[in-house]
Amino acid sequence: MAVHTGQSVAKAAGDSDVARGRSRGTGKPPGGLRRSVSTHWYAWAMVAPVVAVIGVIVGYPLVRGIYLSLTDANERNVERNIGVNHLPATYEFVGLDNYADALTGGQFLSTLGWTLVWTVSCVGITFALGLGLANILNRRIAGRSAYRMMLILPWAVPGFVSVFAWRFLYNEDRGFLNKLLAGGGIDAVPWLNDPTWAKFSVIAVNIWLGVPFMLVALLGGLQSIPGEMYEAAEMDGAGPWQRFRHITMPGLRSVSTTVILLSTIWTFNMFPVIFLLTRGGPGEATQILVTQAYKFSFEISPRDFAQSSTWGVLILVLLMIFAVVYQRVLRKQGDTW
Amino acid sequence: MRRGITATALVATLAIAATACGGDEESTGGKSSSGELTGTVTWWDTSTVGSEDKVFKKLAEDFEAKHKGVDVKYVNVPFGEAQNKFKNAAQSGSGAPDVIRSEVAWTPEFADLGYLAPLDGTAALKDEKDFVPQAAASTKYNGKTYAVPQVIDSLGIFYNKKLFKDAGVEVPKTIDELKTVSKTIKDKTGKTGMYLRGDDAYWFLSFLYGEGGDLVDAKGKTVTVDSPAGVKAMEVVKDLVDSGAAKTDATDGWENMQAAFKGGDVAMMINGPWAIADTYAGPQFKDKANLGVAPVPAGSAGQGAPQGGHNLGVYAGSKNLDASYAFVEYMSSAESQAKITTELNLLPTRTSVYSQPDVAKNEIVGFFKPVVDKAIERPWIPETGSLFAPLVTEYTKVLTGQTTPEKGVKTTGDSYRKLLKGWK
Repeated sequence: MAVHTGQSVAKAAGDSDVARGRSRGTGKPPGGLRRSVSTHWYAWAMVAPVVAVIGVIVGYPLVRGIYLSLTDANERNVERNIGVNHLPATYEFVGLDNYADALTGGQFLSTLGWTLVWTVSCVGITFALGLGLANILNRRIAGRSAYRMMLILPWAVPGFVSVFAWRFLYNEDRGFLNKLLAGGGIDAVPWLNDPTWAKFSVIAVNIWLGVPFMLVALLGGLQSIPGEMYEAAEMDGAGPWQRFRHITMPGLRSVSTTVILLSTIWTFNMFPVIFLLTRGGPGEATQILVTQAYKFSFEISPRDFAQSSTWGVLILVLLMIFAVVYQRVLRKQGDTW
Repeated sequence: MRRGITATALVATLAIAATACGGDEESTGGKSSSGELTGTVTWWDTSTVGSEDKVFKKLAEDFEAKHKGVDVKYVNVPFGEAQNKFKNAAQSGSGAPDVIRSEVAWTPEFADLGYLAPLDGTAALKDEKDFVPQAAASTKYNGKTYAVPQVIDSLGIFYNKKLFKDAGVEVPKTIDELKTVSKTIKDKTGKTGMYLRGDDAYWFLSFLYGEGGDLVDAKGKTVTVDSPAGVKAMEVVKDLVDSGAAKTDATDGWENMQAAFKGGDVAMMINGPWAIADTYAGPQFKDKANLGVAPVPAGSAGQGAPQGGHNLGVYAGSKNLDASYAFVEYMSSAESQAKITTELNLLPTRTSVYSQPDVAKNEIVGFFKPVVDKAIERPWIPETGSLFAPLVTEYTKVLTGQTTPEKGVKTTGDSYRKLLKGWK
């Protein structure tokens, strides 16, 4: 018994001095890492390609981005190879200056403000609509599969096609929406030319694009709730609202928490809708953080790679904070995520 | 055996990474032993699709016919994207064209970044003395020549003669007259007087010059956009839109402007010679005589229009420099320019072309030549190509009521000072 305990202490201590000290005296038992490699070599070999690929396509850009955000790199001072000419990099390390500039200047905070409004309203409305439609389509109604097909359609069309179609609909002079309004005797609405209307328009398009996902996910959730529960509740005299409140909502919880988290992250970084519809305009009224970061690195000149990566890192940090807080809240409510 | 598997996995990973990074090799070319030019020349043209591009493509084919060994790859890149697309390709070192049609302000910028090959002493700069001096000004940077002027242009006011007749008005010469004319047109015909582009700052320049302002003073190293003249110019355009004299758009400005003018929904627009071919294609201008062109209305300080145009530059990393130089020389030769002018009404950059009979009797050239002669040259510094981005954001904000003219030009001026280190 005593011997046994001694061994496990040495094992738990791993590479500590005590263990090393003793092993020097008694020969050389293999170290933890080496032992694990020799027993699990096959697992390591299987994992290695994935690790390498992820390292190349995720790890390297991430590390490089973080590094660039600590420099003053821009188009004029990065390394360039043009034919036979080689221009070496001349940018310098500036520490946290870029972060200080972004966080103390008004631009980042005002863009963040609109990005939050955009995310919350898109996710909130999309979820509500998706839930409503899923409940309707979960009943036995005539032509149910046809409705389901139609509602999933926006999802099947490539995003950029939908957005361009919407851009035509929104055109102030020639667009279908204003022609429709003109038929009803209403003045043309400057859908994309007025800052407030433009904000409304981009949110509307994103909701249109996002509802099918919510619908499909929640419909799946609804179908997993056993019908007996509703029957039992009905027997006990529970009304429709009570059934929805006490059976449907708790039954959907695991699905809805996941889709809300995912859709928040997607919407926060929803580049194509904003970029293709308004390019962040008019002025910078609909610019969200990612489109602004893109603008720094591709649209202004000289291109500001440092500022762009700074914004990119800040977006990553914000989303990580959100995910952690969200997970904690859920855990407190007893959900395992 | 163990090692074997790990090594295989590693090799496989590396192979995937390597193929992902491998660029496409472009074919090399040069002169064959007989002195004939060979190889491929990729040309990025930025002219308007559907009208101008056909003529330029035809010219490129004619070049191929003359040089059997050369294959010209014609690529039309939308004007609005060309600057960024070229910079992306040139910087990464793959995918850049051999020859690019560059807006005049981009040339010093590309040259400064090291993307263009100097043309002094090459075939591209044949008869250099023949070039109109203003057109050649933007091709020089640090004492070297980096491009060859292809066309030169400026802004004028395009008007629909029939709508003007219906309303019984004359072409406005000042901003005040423009407002009265617009109002009369609206009352008499129900159409809007003018279209003002709200999504491109180039169209703002004639108003800025009209009030006696400018973006920067390159000689005095001073930012001037936020001077009182700049504020006044912003107020003028805002008033045109607010009073209903002009309509504007913050997105798709070019398409909407052309559609509205070609369809007769607006009576006037400010535009340049590059829009002529497209405008003639519109239903209102089947009869070309219905299109009138006049100088832009004068502001309080006088009339002003910016000098613009396009140059042909050769990418410094081109694998086929000799053929590229020859191509540039051909495209900007007197013969080619005369063809372009006859078919598209674009203004040539060679003095000798203006005296050719076909060109001399061209009405549009006859109108725009004096405008170009008086047009205001932009500062040909590397940063010229960077001046529009901050301005257009503020310009749109002013027009859509998100900021005031004072704040708009001040923000623009501040970003210019950040860009131009050490300027006042």
